[in-house]
Amino acid sequence: MTLLTDLAAWFDGVKAEFILNFIDKSRWRMLLTGLGNTLLIAFLACLIGIALGVVVAILRTTWDNAGATMRKGPARFVFSLLNRLCLIYTTIIRGTPMVIQLLIMYYIIFATSDNGVMVATLAFGINSGAYVSEIFRSGIMSIDKGQMEAGRSLGLNYLKTMWFVIAPQVLKNVLPTLANEFITLLKETSVAGYVAVSDLTFAGNRIRGVTYSPFMPLIAVAIIYLILVMFLTRMVGKLERRLRQGDNR
Amino acid sequence: MITVKGLKKSFGQLEVLKGIDQHITPGEKVVIIGPSGSGKSTFLRCLNLLERPTEGQILFEGTDITDPKCDINLIRRRMGMVFQQFNLFPHLTVMQNLTLAPIQTGQMSKAEATEKATRLLARVGLLEKASVYPKQLSGGQQQRIAIVRALCMNPDVMLFDEPTSALDPEMVGEVLDVMKQLAAEGMTMVVVTHEMGFAREVGDRVLFMDEGRVLEEGTPKEIFENPQNPRTQDFLRKVL
Repeated sequence: MTLLTDLAAWFDGVKAEFILNFIDKSRWRMLLTGLGNTLLIAFLACLIGIALGVVVAILRTTWDNAGATMRKGPARFVFSLLNRLCLIYTTIIRGTPMVIQLLIMYYIIFATSDNGVMVATLAFGINSGAYVSEIFRSGIMSIDKGQMEAGRSLGLNYLKTMWFVIAPQVLKNVLPTLANEFITLLKETSVAGYVAVSDLTFAGNRIRGVTYSPFMPLIAVAIIYLILVMFLTRMVGKLERRLRQGDNR
Repeated sequence: MITVKGLKKSFGQLEVLKGIDQHITPGEKVVIIGPSGSGKSTFLRCLNLLERPTEGQILFEGTDITDPKCDINLIRRRMGMVFQQFNLFPHLTVMQNLTLAPIQTGQMSKAEATEKATRLLARVGLLEKASVYPKQLSGGQQQRIAIVRALCMNPDVMLFDEPTSALDPEMVGEVLDVMKQLAAEGMTMVVVTHEMGFAREVGDRVLFMDEGRVLEEGTPKEIFENPQNPRTQDFLRKVL
C-alpha cells in the first residue's frame, strides 16, 4: 500500500517538474528556438567548412605536386604565398581551442556586430574548414597519380582533370569521414552560448537557471543531441553501404 | 614528326637522361629496349611532357613543346599515351572513359564521340563492354580499352610505356595484336617494351638505352642479329 502511494507521489513530483521546466511560460519554446539555432549554425558552418576545405586542400595538394617544378615567376610566388597562408590557417585553427576562436571572433574581430548567430556560424565554419581541408587533402593524395597523368595525357587541363577524374573518386573516399566531421561539428556548436547565442545547450541551461531544477532540462538537451547524432550516424552508415556496393559493380 | 635535341632530365642529384638526340618520322615505329632504370620510360614521358626536361628541346611537328609559351594541352591531344598500369578511370564506364576527353576538350560532340568510341570498341572486339566499369574487366581488356581511349582523340602519334608489363602472360598477346594492327594502319608509334618478339616484328627502328643514353640503334635485324655495343650484346644475351 505504501509502495503504491510512494510511486504516486514520485510520479506527481516528476509531473510537477516536467510542467515547471517545459510547460510553464511555454519554456519548451526556448528549447525549440535553441534547437533551430543549433541546426542553423551547424548546417551553414558545414557549408562554409566544405567550401574552405576544398579550396585549401586543392591549393595545398597542387603546390605539393607541382610547386617544386613550377617555373619561377609571379605565378609561382603567388602560389607559394597562398600555400603558406593555407598552412598558417590550418595550424592556427587546429592548434587553438574552439571556444577561444569563438570568443576572439565575437569580441575582437566582429566586436561591432551583435549578430551572435552570424559570428558563431563563421567561427564554426572557419574552424571546420581546417579539418575538412585535411580530410580532402588525404583523399586527394590517396588517388593514384596515374589518374592525373592519364587525364593530362589526353589533353585535359589540370582543373578539368581534377573535376572529372580526381574529384569524383575523392568524394567517394572521403564521404564517410566527412560526415563524421559534421557530426562532431554539430556537437561542438554547444559552446555557442559563450557569445550569447541561444543554441540548444544555452536554452537548456537557461531553463535550469530559472527553475533551479537541473535534471529535466539538461537531460532533455542531452537526449535531443543524442537523437540528432544517432540519426546522422545512421544516414552515414547507409551512405557507406551504398558506396561500398559501388565497389563491385 | 618528333625531334629531340640534347634532352637531359635529372631528378634532384640523379641524372636519368644524359643527352638524347632523336628524330622520329611520320609512320615510323620506334621501339625502345634496355635494362630497368636505363631511362626508357623517362624518355617516353618527356615526349608529352609528363616529365619536364631539365635541358634540351623537343619539337613536335615543328613546335618547340619545351617552350613555356607552348600550350601543352593542345599538343597532348595529338599524342596518345598508354600506361603500364592502364590508368582507366574507375568511376566511369568504359564508354564514359572513352568519350570524356573528346567531349571535354571540345573536339567532338557527345554523339560524335560516342560514335567514334563505338567504332573503335568494335574493332578491338569489346563493344559489349561499353557500359561496364573497368574493375569488371581483365587486365588485357583494360589495356585494350586504354589504347582505344587514347585513339579516340585522333592522335598523330601513340606513346606506349611498357603496355604489357603488368599483364598476366596469357593476356599479353591480345594487347600486342591490337598494337600490331595499329602499326599496320600506319600509326606513328614509340614503344617502350620488354617484348623482344614485338620489337623485332613491328619495329622500324630499335633503340637500346642504358644509363640515360641511347647506346645503339638500328633496324631490328641489326640490333638483334648483330649488336655492336658490348652492353647491347650482354642485355640481349640475358633476355633472349
